[in-house]
Amino acid sequence: MSELLLRGERRDVPASANHEELAKLKAEGYNMLVDLTCVDYLPQGKSPRFDVIYRLMKLDASTGQDLGRLEIHCAVDDLPILRSVKNIYPSADWLEREVWDMFGVKFADRPDIKRLLMYEEFVGHPLRKDYPIAKRQPLIGPKSGDKAGSPSFNILHPTITGE
Amino acid sequence: MSEIKSQKTYMLNMGPQHPAMHGVVRLVLELSGERIVSAEAEIGYLHRAFEKHAENETWNNVVPWTDRLNYVSPLINNVGYALAVEKLASIEVPERGQYIRVIACELSRVTDHLTCVGASAMELGAFTVFLYMIKAREYLYQLIDNLTGARITTAFTRVGGVKGDLPADFAEKFASIAKEVRTAVAESDKLLTRNRIFMDRMEGTGVLSKEDAIAHGVTGPFLRSTGVPYDVRRSHPYAVYDKVDFEIPVGTTGDNYDRYLCRMAEIEQSLRIIEQCLRQIPAGKHSLEPKEIKYAYEIQDAGKHGDTALLAKYQAKVDQTLAGMSKDDQPNTRVLDRKITLPAKETTYGNIEGLMNHFELVMWSWGVRIPPSETYFAVEGGNGELGFHLVSDGGDGPYRVRCRPPCLFPMTALSKMLVGAQIADIIPTFGSVNMIAGELDR
Repeated sequence: MSELLLRGERRDVPASANHEELAKLKAEGYNMLVDLTCVDYLPQGKSPRFDVIYRLMKLDASTGQDLGRLEIHCAVDDLPILRSVKNIYPSADWLEREVWDMFGVKFADRPDIKRLLMYEEFVGHPLRKDYPIAKRQPLIGPKSGDKAGSPSFNILHPTITGE
Repeated sequence: MSEIKSQKTYMLNMGPQHPAMHGVVRLVLELSGERIVSAEAEIGYLHRAFEKHAENETWNNVVPWTDRLNYVSPLINNVGYALAVEKLASIEVPERGQYIRVIACELSRVTDHLTCVGASAMELGAFTVFLYMIKAREYLYQLIDNLTGARITTAFTRVGGVKGDLPADFAEKFASIAKEVRTAVAESDKLLTRNRIFMDRMEGTGVLSKEDAIAHGVTGPFLRSTGVPYDVRRSHPYAVYDKVDFEIPVGTTGDNYDRYLCRMAEIEQSLRIIEQCLRQIPAGKHSLEPKEIKYAYEIQDAGKHGDTALLAKYQAKVDQTLAGMSKDDQPNTRVLDRKITLPAKETTYGNIEGLMNHFELVMWSWGVRIPPSETYFAVEGGNGELGFHLVSDGGDGPYRVRCRPPCLFPMTALSKMLVGAQIADIIPTFGSVNMIAGELDR
C-alpha cells in the first residue's frame, strides 16, 4: 500500500503542456518536485524517443505526511518543446541541466542551458542509448583510435575508435 | 551600507581542491569585502557514470556500484537499490533478512551522521570532537566489517536477500560498541552544544525556511531541521520500520545549529532502532544438528568421490566475505528461488545441480530476469530520500537506473543560503549540507 503511494499515479501529459500542467498541480498542493529524470527508448523504437518524468509530492509541512504523489510522463524528441519549470520548482533548474547534459533534451525557454555534471568541452550526451560506453572524449582520450591511453585498453577493446 | 554597495565586487574561486569543499566541488563567489554577493556551485568533478555503467551490468552486479554513491553510508544505498529491484520483480524477503537490512541501514546512518558532525566540527576548529567521532565510527566500521566483509565497499545486499546472516556474536559486539558511540556523542555534546564559539558560528547561519526547503525538494535531516517531520521510514515504512519505535527529531529555525542538533539526536534514534531489531529479530539457523565444518574444496572432493549421502552433514568453511551464507542461514536471509538467488556454497560445491544453478545465475546474459516494467522506490538515506527509478526491458540487467541523490537538492538551495552571509559562514553551511560528491555527481 505504502509502496504504491510512493510511486504515485502515472499521468501522461503532452510535452507542449508540461508547464501549464505542473503550474496547475503546484496550485493543487503538489509542493515538492521530488525528481526529474528521463529515459531513452531508442532501441525499443518508440517515437518520440525520450520519456521525461516529473515526480511530484504533496507534502504537509506541519505533520510531515506525504499526502500523495504523481508521476508525470512527457514523451519528447530532440526538439525544444518542453518548457522549463524552474520558476515553479526552483530545484528543476539543476535537474533540467542534468537532463540536457545526459540526454540532450532541450527546453524551449532555456536556449543557452549549461551542462551540470559533464564539462563544457564534452561532446554528446552520455546517457543516450546510442552513446557507446567506451567512447573517448577529445579532452581526456586520444583523438584517433590508434593511440589509446593505456596499452591494456587497446587489447581489451580492439574495435574502439576515437569517434 | 551604501558604501559597501559602491564598492567594486571581486570573484573568488573556492575549490575544487579546497579542504573545506569535502572532496570536489567548486564555488564561484562574488564578494564585496567579506560579504557574499552571489555564489554558484559547480559540480560534476566526481562523475563516474554510475547510471551508464548500471545499464551495462546485470541486476546484481549493480550492487557494488551503489556502494560508491554515498560512500559514508554505503549499506543504505545497497538496501535501497535491492528493495527497488525487488519491488520491480515482486519479491518478498524473509523477515530475518529484512531485520538484518534495517540493522545494516541504521549502522550506516550512524556512521554518516558521525562523519558529518565530526567533519564540520573539525572545520570550525574543534579537532577533538572529530577524533572522538571518528573513533566511534571506527568501532562501527569494525562491526560492519564483521557483518559484510568490508568496511566501506560493503556490497551487502543481493536481489532477494542479503549476503549472509548476522555473525554469531553480533548482538554482544553491538552492545559494547553502542556504549562507545553514546560516550563519544555525549562527550562531543558537552564540547559543542553550549560552546560559545561553536554556537556563534552555527546559530542563525545558513538559514533555509520551511517553504524554501520544500520548494527545493530538500529532504532528510535538512528538511527536519526546518520543522517538517518528513521521514521516508515513517511515511512509507519499508522492511520492518513499521515494527520499531523511533522518534523523528525536528528543529525550528532551519539553521546550521538545528541541523547539527537533528543529526546528534538521530544517532541515538538509530541506535535504539538497532537495539529493538536485535530483540525482535526472529531466530536464525533452521537446522540445529551439528555440522562438520570442512573447507569448500574438501566438500568438492567428497562430492567427486561420490560421498553425496554425507554431504548434508558438512558445512563449508569460507572466508569472512562469504560468512553467514551456509545452507542453514539461507532460508532466513534470502528468497529460496533458484532463478533469483545463488545456492548455498555447500550445494554449489556438493552437487552438479547446485553448480549448474550457480553458473546459470552468474553467466553473462543469463542471470536474474525481470519482466518489462518500471518502478520507483525510495528509502531514507543519510541525507534524505534516496530514490531509485528502475526500468526493465525483460533482460538480465536494468534498462535504466536513475538514482535520486538526496544531497543534490540542498545543493540547489546553497546559493540561497549563502548570499548575504560572510565567507566564514560558507564552512558551517557547506558542512551541514553534508554534500557527498559520490552521490551528488554519481
